[in-house]
Amino acid sequence: MAQIELVDVVKEYSVWHRAGRVRRQRKLVRAVDRISLSVAEGELCGYIGPNGAGKSTTVKMLTGIIVPTSGRIRVAGKDPQRQRIELARRIGVVFGQRTQLWWDLPLADSFDLLRHVYRVPHDRHRANVNAFIDLLDLGPFMQTPVRQLSLGQRMRGDLTAALLHDPEILYLDEPTIGLDVVSKARVREFLASVNRDRGVTVLLTTHDLTDVERLCTRLVVIDHGRLIHDGTVAEIKSRFGDHRTVVVDLEEAGPPLEVAGAEVVGVDGPRQWLRFDRQATTAAAVVAAVAEQAALRDIAIEEPDIEDVVRRIYSGDAASTPDLRDDPSRA
Amino acid sequence: MVDVGTIAVYRRLIGARVRSDFGFRASFAFRLVSACVITGLDFAVIAVVFTKIGRLGGWRFSEVAYLYGACGVAFSVAETWIGGVDYLAVRIKQGTFDRVLVRPMSALGQLATEEFALRRIGKLFQAGAVLVAALVAIPVQWTTGRILMVPVTIAAGAVIYGAVWVATAAISFWTVDANELGNALTYGGNYLTQYPITIYSAWLRRLLAFVVPMAFVGYFPSLYVLGRTAPSERFGLPSVVMFSSPVVAAAACAVASAIWRVGLRRYRSTGS
Ligand SMILES: Nc1ncnc2c1ncn2[C@@H]1O[C@H](COP(=O)(O)OP(=O)(O)OP(=O)(O)O)[C@@H](O)[C@H]1O
Ligand SMILES: [Mg+2]
Repeated sequence: MAQIELVDVVKEYSVWHRAGRVRRQRKLVRAVDRISLSVAEGELCGYIGPNGAGKSTTVKMLTGIIVPTSGRIRVAGKDPQRQRIELARRIGVVFGQRTQLWWDLPLADSFDLLRHVYRVPHDRHRANVNAFIDLLDLGPFMQTPVRQLSLGQRMRGDLTAALLHDPEILYLDEPTIGLDVVSKARVREFLASVNRDRGVTVLLTTHDLTDVERLCTRLVVIDHGRLIHDGTVAEIKSRFGDHRTVVVDLEEAGPPLEVAGAEVVGVDGPRQWLRFDRQATTAAAVVAAVAEQAALRDIAIEEPDIEDVVRRIYSGDAASTPDLRDDPSRA
Repeated sequence: MVDVGTIAVYRRLIGARVRSDFGFRASFAFRLVSACVITGLDFAVIAVVFTKIGRLGGWRFSEVAYLYGACGVAFSVAETWIGGVDYLAVRIKQGTFDRVLVRPMSALGQLATEEFALRRIGKLFQAGAVLVAALVAIPVQWTTGRILMVPVTIAAGAVIYGAVWVATAAISFWTVDANELGNALTYGGNYLTQYPITIYSAWLRRLLAFVVPMAFVGYFPSLYVLGRTAPSERFGLPSVVMFSSPVVAAAACAVASAIWRVGLRRYRSTGS
């Protein structure tokens, strides 16, 4: 059964513009534009898109914080805004930009308050807190007021807070923002285990594509409020990543090579990067053409990484029209 | 809906709030004392006025003191328990209102308890003292009906003030720039109700009686307690208005909660 379901969801904000000295004009901003999406129980779904794409807006609608302009949303079969309180017991949310914790209270006290707010049985709460202290290494700062925590410590506190009531569904809006490499790795490991061991359905918004590669079984990409891709990470690579790069090490440094069907995208002494379209030519043909022009010492072929792919989607390089998702030949 | 468990949770939320206030103990004590002094001042003004004149709108000093005390106690009860909703505009602007909507409790209840401020209780002491003194001083024949009317006045009054508070705070869902208007209605309304409304011009009297039902907080039920002429003679209103505060309180609650709910659906959060 679909845990999270969106059908033709639209969210418009009206914003007021200055039009002249005092006169103001109303303009509608479509933050989410007819998104349909369904996430099954136990999935760990990445939800990415460039700044202003409508990710946070979607998460807020799913939480019941704001109401969609039109369309239908069901989370665990319920309407998030009308049945907000009922649903709140079953979902956990982390907004990385903003804490849900009590600013002036130590973490331990915040957790204790949350036990009462969510009415978690005492034993269950104790077991959860202890498990999270272990997994996220919260021990050293459990007694520190939240306002004195570092960003990474606070984020780990917020993750714990979102999970203490054993939610079935977890929304994460940029949970790794501003974290160092070690903390990021720890948070990722933690999220993977929450998804695997507790069976929590996760919707993850992030700008760090390593998060996506490490964690997500599924990747949804939106831009300007529209859904432009929905599939596995491998699928998105093969769909949008139809370029490969051949790296050649020549015997001597020289001017950029000229190879039909390929384009030199980088030169570093004797090393050159040639990008080519898989539809137009092959790696073998490119290498053969290079070998005719210069003495080759070594070659390597680079698969497109997710960063490249997504950069191309965001910049509109790839054919990212919204109706593309309906095109079976590309799926 | 509001069971014992829920109340216990709210108590904890208030406890957490008070504990973090006590973290700044000096400023807390200062604010409590200054709240007492400031609210004491407006009673001093009434006392000074009565040194010059014997009656105000036909009312004796002790009678005006009763009105002041009953309204003041009702107001400070409302202010203490629900006054925190004033922070709605601030919370919306800061983006910290979202988090109450994530939790499985009433948004209004959480806001009121999270923004609970013990210092607001200062006025309760001051108004309570005036009320007790006035009850001793007013020259009325105490009947069971009159005695019962005093707590009814205060309870219904607190509910009406609370409803006005919630309704005006909810304006922030439409615009966060109109917070002052809300304060004008709550604090200003309290100020106006301290006096017999007969001293005001006709349009202000009507406003207080019918639109923002402040006259039902103090003036009308006080007419009964003080054994004064029924309002029919001055307002063309039936005497039943002297006893209708609880009904008006219920109606005010219904209106306020409808405004709050509509506002909540309009809430649009912040962009980042
Ligand atoms: N409360 C609001 N009022 C008006 N416009 C808003 C509001 N919230 C978001 N928007 C607009 O809606 C669009 C989508 O915003 P949203 O915050 O959902 O983007 P996002 O995908 O989360 O971006 P980011 O990666 O920068 O966090 C933006 O154009 C933004 O300006
Ligand atoms: Mg965002």
